[in-house]
Amino acid sequence: MIDDLELLRLIENNARLSSEEIAVMLGTTAADVEAEIKRLKDENIILGYNTIINWEKKAPDNCIGMIEVRITPVKNKGYDHIAQILSKYDKVTACYLMSGGFDLMIIYEDRTLRDIATFVTEKIATMEGVLSTTTHFILKKYKANGIIYDNPNSDDRQAIIL
Amino acid sequence: MSFDYDSKISKAVQQVPPSAIRKFFDLANEMKGHVISLSIGEPDFVTPWSIREAAINSIIDGYTHYSPNSGYIDSRIAVADYLKRRYGVSYDAKSEILITVGGSEGLDLAARALINPGDEVIVVEPCFVAYKATVEFAHGIPVIVETKPENNYKLMPEDLEAAITDKTKYIIVGYPNNPTGAIMTLEDWAKIKDVLMRHPNVIVLSDELYCELNYLDGKPASLTQFAELRDRVVMVNGFSKSYAMTGFRVGYLAGPHELIAPMIKIHQYCIMCAPSTSQLAVVEAAMNADNEIKKMRDEYNHRRRVIVQGLKDAGLDCFTPYGAFYAFPCIKITGMTSEEFCEKLLLEKHVAIVPGNAFGKCGEGFVRISYAASLEDIKEAMKLVKEFVEEHKR
Repeated sequence: MIDDLELLRLIENNARLSSEEIAVMLGTTAADVEAEIKRLKDENIILGYNTIINWEKKAPDNCIGMIEVRITPVKNKGYDHIAQILSKYDKVTACYLMSGGFDLMIIYEDRTLRDIATFVTEKIATMEGVLSTTTHFILKKYKANGIIYDNPNSDDRQAIIL
Repeated sequence: MSFDYDSKISKAVQQVPPSAIRKFFDLANEMKGHVISLSIGEPDFVTPWSIREAAINSIIDGYTHYSPNSGYIDSRIAVADYLKRRYGVSYDAKSEILITVGGSEGLDLAARALINPGDEVIVVEPCFVAYKATVEFAHGIPVIVETKPENNYKLMPEDLEAAITDKTKYIIVGYPNNPTGAIMTLEDWAKIKDVLMRHPNVIVLSDELYCELNYLDGKPASLTQFAELRDRVVMVNGFSKSYAMTGFRVGYLAGPHELIAPMIKIHQYCIMCAPSTSQLAVVEAAMNADNEIKKMRDEYNHRRRVIVQGLKDAGLDCFTPYGAFYAFPCIKITGMTSEEFCEKLLLEKHVAIVPGNAFGKCGEGFVRISYAASLEDIKEAMKLVKEFVEEHKR
């Protein structure tokens, strides 16, 4: 019997492990691991597999905006209607309903500040139900997805008799 | 005429041979840069942040003076709480717990507080290299009891019984074990307790530094949990291994006041007190880090299974370790001694591991492999060990 939480924590940190490797690490068989992963996918618990890339090194000019959006909820659909429409844009990488002074937090990635500004002014601000927007730009990433950037992670342990 | 240093150095110190692995480590250090090291007996994790933060805050708040000799009362209360929570045993924070400089100081204090010249101390090998040395430095006579792979390196009650004489002052047991990775369950300990009940003068020094790294059920199992032995078991414990705090150099002794008090006496003259920063880090570690150690334990457990499978694939016999972060496979199929195996593996494949004979004569023919290393390094090393064994198998 596989502990599904243990399996999820394992592949959350390293999606590249093979079923055989996971099986060894959990003390089970590859067939069981595959069956369990299939179940978790079928139940929409596993949604996909991403690679964490330090884009600041590869495409340093790319821009990420965090856009606070205040909206009027639509009758019968609440906040979902606008959130679902905004989520359809490929460059919207995250969309959250928030507590506090605004309603939706949109994370939007594009090539330049102007591209983001255009998206905000032409797509979001003009939507029916949107009351206002506030846009913040990310200047530097220190940590994302649980990973600290620029962490050399060298092993400085010394040989010692023990 | 040159000065005759040999005649000046204490005989007790001279008789302890230099560590068998010193030469090997020097070689490994010279090769640093392209060596995969599975040789180090310390966690590869960084100390959990909340513990580091507590240490930093202690300095910011000005806790930079001597503490009471036994340690800050808050640290001792935190340790007592921890022992109650994890072991289900009660110790009085005021009189039964001493905060030490790592577990190692505890071993030394026990030896110096208990041994009269000529007293015998039973040392269960293979074991941590300091057990025998601390006894010899204190003019005691180590009596070796060997554990065997066919018994999963558990201490067998009949072997212990056979080693006890009327000169036996105490026994040192270290489980989960360095270097074998063996554990003793409560049922195993119960049989040892029965032996000890027949020998009411024998004290137990139980080194439990790896107590949290038990992969069978994740819980410490210890002779301290038998009320019948409460008046003569001293626990050596600490935070180095379970909490990845090796550099903090902080541990503790827990036991009956009558045994702890003489150890405090030595400690107060020779050490004064454990470092204040580390003692205050201990409060956070003992009180609030159970989840952090579980995370590390789970990860070690995954690696443990990868190592055991890797050794099997390499054709090396290895009993399944359920504790600490070591595997102790047999390398006799290569026809090499432990030292030859490790030296050749280092030179030919750039993988550093430790010869088993460093932990006692009965470790000959075995090697210690630490899985306190990244999964990538472990997988790569296991591939290289397999190649190596295939090239040298007889």
